[in-house]
Amino acid sequence: MTYIVKPRLHHPKLPTNALGYTHRDYEGSVSTLCAGCGHDSISAAIIQACFELSLPPHRIAKLSGIGCSSKTPTYFLGQSHGFNSVHGRMPSVLTGANLANRDLIYLGVSGDGDSASIGLGQFAHCIRRGVDMVYIVENNGVYGLTKGQFSATADKGSSAKRGAVNSDSPIDLVAMALQLGASYVARSFSGDKAQLVPLIKAAIQHKGAAFIDVVSPCVAFNNHPGSTKSFDYVRDHNEAVNQLDYMVERDAIVADYAPGTVETVMQHDGSMLRLRKLALDYDPHERISALTYLQQRQAAGEVVTGLLFVEADHGDMHGYLDTVDSPLNTLGEAELCPGPDLLERYNAAHR
Amino acid sequence: MPQPIKSVNDFVVKFANVNGSGSASANALFAKSVLRMGIPASSRNIFPSNIQGLPTWFEVRINDHDHLGRRGGVDMMVAMNPQTWEQDIAEIEPGGYLLYDATKPMPASRFRDDINVIGAPLTEICNRTYSDPRQRQLFKNIIYLGVLSALLDMDVPAIETLIGEQFRGKDSLIKPNLHALQLGRDWAIQALDCPLGLRLEPRDKVGDRIFVSGNDAAALGAVYGGATVCAWYPITPSSSLAEAFQAHCQRMRREPDSKKRRYAIIQAEDELASIGMVIGAAWNGARAFTATSGPGISLMQEFIGLAYFAEIPAVIFDIQRGSPSTGMPTRTQQADIISAAYASHGDTKHVLLFPQDPNESFTFAADALDLADRLQTPVFVMMDLDIGMNDWLVPPLKWDPARQYDRGKIMNFEDLDSGKEFGRYLDVDGDGIPYRTLPGTHPTRGAYFTRGTTKDRYARYTEEGPAYVDNMQRLLEKFETAKRIVPRPIRRDAIEQTRYGAIYFGSTAPAMEEALDLLEARGIHLDTLRVRAFPFHDDILDFITSHERIFLVEQNRDGQMRTLVTTELEVDPARLVPILHYDGTPITARFIVKAIADMLAVVTLAPLRKALP
Repeated sequence: MTYIVKPRLHHPKLPTNALGYTHRDYEGSVSTLCAGCGHDSISAAIIQACFELSLPPHRIAKLSGIGCSSKTPTYFLGQSHGFNSVHGRMPSVLTGANLANRDLIYLGVSGDGDSASIGLGQFAHCIRRGVDMVYIVENNGVYGLTKGQFSATADKGSSAKRGAVNSDSPIDLVAMALQLGASYVARSFSGDKAQLVPLIKAAIQHKGAAFIDVVSPCVAFNNHPGSTKSFDYVRDHNEAVNQLDYMVERDAIVADYAPGTVETVMQHDGSMLRLRKLALDYDPHERISALTYLQQRQAAGEVVTGLLFVEADHGDMHGYLDTVDSPLNTLGEAELCPGPDLLERYNAAHR
Repeated sequence: MPQPIKSVNDFVVKFANVNGSGSASANALFAKSVLRMGIPASSRNIFPSNIQGLPTWFEVRINDHDHLGRRGGVDMMVAMNPQTWEQDIAEIEPGGYLLYDATKPMPASRFRDDINVIGAPLTEICNRTYSDPRQRQLFKNIIYLGVLSALLDMDVPAIETLIGEQFRGKDSLIKPNLHALQLGRDWAIQALDCPLGLRLEPRDKVGDRIFVSGNDAAALGAVYGGATVCAWYPITPSSSLAEAFQAHCQRMRREPDSKKRRYAIIQAEDELASIGMVIGAAWNGARAFTATSGPGISLMQEFIGLAYFAEIPAVIFDIQRGSPSTGMPTRTQQADIISAAYASHGDTKHVLLFPQDPNESFTFAADALDLADRLQTPVFVMMDLDIGMNDWLVPPLKWDPARQYDRGKIMNFEDLDSGKEFGRYLDVDGDGIPYRTLPGTHPTRGAYFTRGTTKDRYARYTEEGPAYVDNMQRLLEKFETAKRIVPRPIRRDAIEQTRYGAIYFGSTAPAMEEALDLLEARGIHLDTLRVRAFPFHDDILDFITSHERIFLVEQNRDGQMRTLVTTELEVDPARLVPILHYDGTPITARFIVKAIADMLAVVTLAPLRKALP
């Protein structure tokens, strides 16, 4: 439906953010996904998160692979550069882009086929490199664009629309991200905007590899009884460990929550994450216990959502590589070319 | 018994060793010592895909007249590997020399009676002097170097100086090495009539030339050319290029005060990720490259097509090796021409550069970064193992201090803010090259969506046929522009007018130059053209049409350059006679001479045969 052009005019009283932008300034073109697709809700959450954070849209780069999920960057942040790369390889393109300019915000959007099947290797390696990014997987357990084949996150025993039963074990990207050293790991549900928007906002402010797995039911191929990624299944089995509030202010922590149920995390830039704990025995600072909890609840048939792990001062790829503060793409001859004298020394050393 | 070969400063010495025995540094010392005597020389390492135990050879070509390609044949064989004894003995020229370890007596049947056999008790000397097994192993190599120094009348102070330079910082090793050298030398002087018929006489013919490998020089070219991002995956014979980039950057690319790095190097998880990172970085305005070999090029195909179609710069060093499949990973070939020229699915064509030696590898590395930015497309630097991993004697590297990087057509904030029209795939200047913007440039103008799917001139998604064709035609125009700015071929005319020509490229150059001299001495004259880039300059078609017959010399089985020339220039393949060398060793002058002379004999005889009933 790209022939439908969104009207530019909007209501004069539309609220603006600190930059004077309205919500509309963060939108993209009209979605061509199926009506009711969970992915569109995620796009809406990204738009809201960026609007509320007052981010200049052009300072965000959005990258994706191939698939329904990877089409979505067209539908948000129309003033941002986008890159729809090849299937399963968004992580390497994003890594390269990040190497070139450390000052932009990188948003990687992928799907379960893109990240857990064809792109599992690149997913794993960009997480372990600590690329400073928000990596969102729009996870529906199915290949939509090719019409309904299983992906690698489909649960064992779940059945496809045409009746085939999946006999392979599922890949849990959240568990992998935890194991591989992601410093921010969350899971949410496309239908739960209240939980998702703060998770995206905090992930954007987080320095390092931030991963969010968003269960996003496919209305066309995976929203039927028997699917573990349908709206009904997730609603019935959602086990939220916490509810996140996100504050940019660096003021004192609001203390009107009962002790033991509020947890405050300070990010590298001074922003605060306030966690309202729903599961009292859940600690988001312990990688190992997070993995254990995740697997325990999974065994009980529950989908754990919320901020599962965060480590505020983990660092990122540029820190590990010790690159200069200025983006590499801004350096010119003066900084890059060693000049004829050093070349003469090289020549002399090879005689 | 033929006459022992007599030659001053013109012969081939080959060392046959066991991999991992420490012979490499002694052999390199030999080659460098010859150069320090002012005598031109080159060396070639012929090594196995192995760390320890398999056979390895080191061949040194010494030639006063600067013929430094492989000649073919061996005048002096230093046979230190029992595993390859038979083949090593067989390779010696009649009248040539064999130096071997005579500690254990060998039956006469293991030798040839038309060569000069020099048995030196190397192990015995070693065991008498050293008790530590590792020392025995390592110093044996220096001892045979000592023997050679006497046999060939080498300049001993030059060798001693080199030993001092080699072990600088590990000074305790200098004296024992000098001692081992002396042990071998003393034995030879006392036991043999030195020097032999093969001799070295000091000259002043090396001049200011340097002795470097192509991988090292190309990596330096990438530093000088402004590359800031290198993503790679280890694969022989390209790994040393990325490693050299790392080493050069550590010395030359640190911010003076903070010591922070003005570069980023990622050893990726595979070649797909390497090229993905290069494309991501270049999309975002950094100069980026990867280094790989044939199998890596195969893995990168999909991404290369994306970069072609989405018009993103990328520089790919292809250090070609024996293929297909894993092939001969430690042997040389020029066998990726077609797979690089048309890399990826669909209608694609790519810019290829063919450096002839390490010096040109340096220059072309920097040029490739400019060309990739200017043309917004992948550029391949087609090297091979011979250029990449062997030390060549080449002119010193030069850099014009006034040189500016050509970053190509990038619209900046001011351009966009002034309201200049931006269409990512719009041909404004008539050269097929559109303008691009970098992410983050302007708050409200210049953003676009990069995709591998088809689009219109303003980067809007469309599946309309005419828009697709329009774009594909513009890409062809861009390739025409490339033809005008890539390095031109170099023509050399014979001293006499001739109907015959030869086309060659890359590491074939030194063997070809020697072959031309040898052919000329036999009265066979050839005009030559050294191809340096694809797309092909018009000079190449002119050269072909102005000769009756062209020999196309290359190092692969199928005549890939011939295929490319025939297809792209639409010339009659019958005019192009393939001369093909592809056994994994560098092509030799003798091979070229024989192949061309045989062909010409056939051509000359043809009318006679036709005359017969």
